[in-house]
Amino acid sequence: MTAPEAGVATTGHDDVVLRLTDVVKTFPGVRALDGVQLEVRAGEVHCLLGQNGAGKSTLIKVLSGVHRPDSGTVEWLGGPITFANPQAAMKAGIATIYQELDLVEDLSVAENVFLGHEPRRAGFVRRKYMAARTTEILDRLGHGEIPPRRAVHRLQAAGKQIVSMARALSHEARLLIMDEPSAVLAHDEVENLFRIIRELTAQGIAVVYISHRLEEIRTIGDRVTVLKDGRTTAADLPAAQTPTSELVSRMTGRSIEYVFPPRPDEPADRAELLAVEGLSRAGEFTDVSLSVAPGEIVGIAGLVGSGRSELLETIYGARRADAGTVTVAGRRLAGGDVGAAVRAGMGMAPEERKSQALLLGEPIYRNMTLSTFSQLARLGFTSSRREREAADRVAQSLDLRPGDVGRPVRTLSGGNQQKVVVGRWLLGDTRLLLLDEPTRGVDVGARAELYRVIRRLAADGVGVLLVSSEVPEVLGLADRVLVMREGRVIRTAPATELDEDTVLDLVMAGSLMEGAPV
Amino acid sequence: MTLSDGTGTAAAGLPAQSPPVDPAQTAAGHPRPDDLKGRRASRGGEAGESVKRNLVLVAVLVALIAIGAVTQPQLYSNSTWVWNNILSILQLASVIGVVTVGMTFVIIGGGIDLSVGAIVALAGVWATTVATQSYGAGGMVFTAITVAVAVGLINGLLISYGKLVPFIATLAMLVAARGLAAEISDKQTQMSESSLINGIAADKLLGIPLLVYILAVVAAVGWVLLNRTTFGRRTVAVGGNVEAARLAGINVKRHTMLLYGLSGLCCGIAAIMLTSQGTSAQAAMANLYELDAIAAAIIGGTLLSGGRGTIVGSLLGVIIFATITNLFAINGLSTEAQNMVKGGIIIAAVLVQQFRFKAVSQFLSRNKT
Repeated sequence: MTAPEAGVATTGHDDVVLRLTDVVKTFPGVRALDGVQLEVRAGEVHCLLGQNGAGKSTLIKVLSGVHRPDSGTVEWLGGPITFANPQAAMKAGIATIYQELDLVEDLSVAENVFLGHEPRRAGFVRRKYMAARTTEILDRLGHGEIPPRRAVHRLQAAGKQIVSMARALSHEARLLIMDEPSAVLAHDEVENLFRIIRELTAQGIAVVYISHRLEEIRTIGDRVTVLKDGRTTAADLPAAQTPTSELVSRMTGRSIEYVFPPRPDEPADRAELLAVEGLSRAGEFTDVSLSVAPGEIVGIAGLVGSGRSELLETIYGARRADAGTVTVAGRRLAGGDVGAAVRAGMGMAPEERKSQALLLGEPIYRNMTLSTFSQLARLGFTSSRREREAADRVAQSLDLRPGDVGRPVRTLSGGNQQKVVVGRWLLGDTRLLLLDEPTRGVDVGARAELYRVIRRLAADGVGVLLVSSEVPEVLGLADRVLVMREGRVIRTAPATELDEDTVLDLVMAGSLMEGAPV
Repeated sequence: MTLSDGTGTAAAGLPAQSPPVDPAQTAAGHPRPDDLKGRRASRGGEAGESVKRNLVLVAVLVALIAIGAVTQPQLYSNSTWVWNNILSILQLASVIGVVTVGMTFVIIGGGIDLSVGAIVALAGVWATTVATQSYGAGGMVFTAITVAVAVGLINGLLISYGKLVPFIATLAMLVAARGLAAEISDKQTQMSESSLINGIAADKLLGIPLLVYILAVVAAVGWVLLNRTTFGRRTVAVGGNVEAARLAGINVKRHTMLLYGLSGLCCGIAAIMLTSQGTSAQAAMANLYELDAIAAAIIGGTLLSGGRGTIVGSLLGVIIFATITNLFAINGLSTEAQNMVKGGIIIAAVLVQQFRFKAVSQFLSRNKT
């Protein structure tokens, strides 16, 4: 708590447009923001840095009026303010450009720019005027060549981003929040984005810029605020001069308890269970080779968008590879066939639990037996009794709470829902488990339990391939770690030879631009 | 500020909830009563929800019969007349009931089949051509069912492997199958010469029309299929969350195709029944059956977005519609007024469904925090 105070103390300029003091926001089981300090000046690019789960997204949502803080103050243009809803924030002059651009694909550029506040006369939209105003704004952004009447879906990602910014300007925004704007852009488009940001800041507009790419922050940013565990750990760092090591150290050493079970001895059995060779999918990942032995936990570390989840889904057959092979216990799998993967003994707990793994209204036991009910059935007739018994056993071994497997899975907490998904694969003859972000949205207690379950599975000889955005999780759980960046594996090493700083450095370091100060 | 208090303590209390403490309390302490409570709670869950919904439908049915008794007291003065009226209602429900069973599977599986009426007509016409009739009653039944299943499978093929939207694929099939039926029959009414076929609608067993037995058998098989077999489980999984089903290793495409094949099978059976009822078939028969079947399924509590529905509910939906028709007939009222009332009932049913769903989800989210 001393660091932020020091940061706030050094700045007292009157050109401060936004000041957050001790902002707290809690969700059931999670303290997402735990005393955030942030100060943004007019005309600056203020970068927000922090690991996944540090509270960046919650902070954006507080600023854009989606969430209201539980305590603490938000001062906007000199006065305290709370936004009742996103429209109120927009009206006050705070515009947010989310990573998934919220444009209506089938409407024209001009219609998107003025969505919800179309210029009207006698109830009719003034289309010509609207188009002219749009061109004006696009001109200001240096993109007057985008035709205002073109449907948005015909634009490239960069063009859509421009439209999003134009919408912000149409509201006379004084603060623009950009959530990983470069993630969707190609190399040269990023330069263009930076040029536009510089023009905006020259007009006195403040920008809050969120990115995982340190080099971008150095190029475009003025000051950096670092978040960790919902707290400001550093404010007012100069973006260009602060050494990478200092930034990284402010983000790491998270105080959230990662309670990992003790690491077992090196397993004797080193036969290959999963062998992936030269796997590629255009635009997602390139030439990935890896192997997993029985009883081994292999972790993949990388940022969102580094191709981790796509890789996992391709190995599982949910996506078809452009090139490369997947072999399980010596047998090559047909591409793009989940059924074949499951028959070969693979199981997956996908990234989006609710939308990809669960039937929320169905009872727990039916969710657990979703991939095994056919095996538990006789002559095509299912048996609720056998399924309940099987699910009961798994629920007990996973310490599922509540333990009644007849309840709808919807009533469970995130951690227990995840146990159901993992438990599903304990019922079959799963030899290889693919876990994509197994602890996302899971509270601290359930996390430790899941770690124990994963370790125990490995001890029983199951091979585990684990993807996580949380570096400590990968390091603490895995025997071997693969670091991915932009669809390529850039480093493979035993987990004991890596530390958090090294991995973060690898995944974040100059992904787009070279020649950064170290 | 109110939130911070509750959740603050929850967050602070988390470490205390960690595994070593809690399971000892729940598992070793008093396992029996806990388990019992759980069982009861689970029965009051999703399954209980559909039972409650069906009880509401039964109440509606009773109310409709009561209206009949009040408006036409003389009809209800004699037990034989009452019995006969019930039988005529069931007979009225039998053909559309069979179609609705298939439709229920398709909707629970996340689809829709707009071509059922057209398939019934095509199967009926094909079964009554001079050539088919020369093979006798067996040939006619075989033809009707083969044609209907084939058309259903084509629907399924287009939807699962051709990636057409079910609405579009079956709408196209509706037009095409009616066209083919008109072509085959040359727009003429084709009389059925088979006394065996014609007898299905005319004959009774133990005083109950054979058509009612057929509906009962189809519904019973449908119930078992949905609730007791892997096929039914796949149907609920595919309709409830297609991505989860796929990632659990279920062959979603093949299953989707089979669902439309099943709907076709029901249409084939219905075609025989309807042909028997009219002792003839024509291209225009079973008109708007798709709407009646969908409406009955929806009233019966089948979620139009898939993943939830019951055979009993759908059956009650069909019987409620038949009872309304009967109510209007015994009071000598016009079919126009009847259609307006049916429309109103569909809207009311969906509104009730939404409200209840909202209330339930609100209750659950309140319990969570």
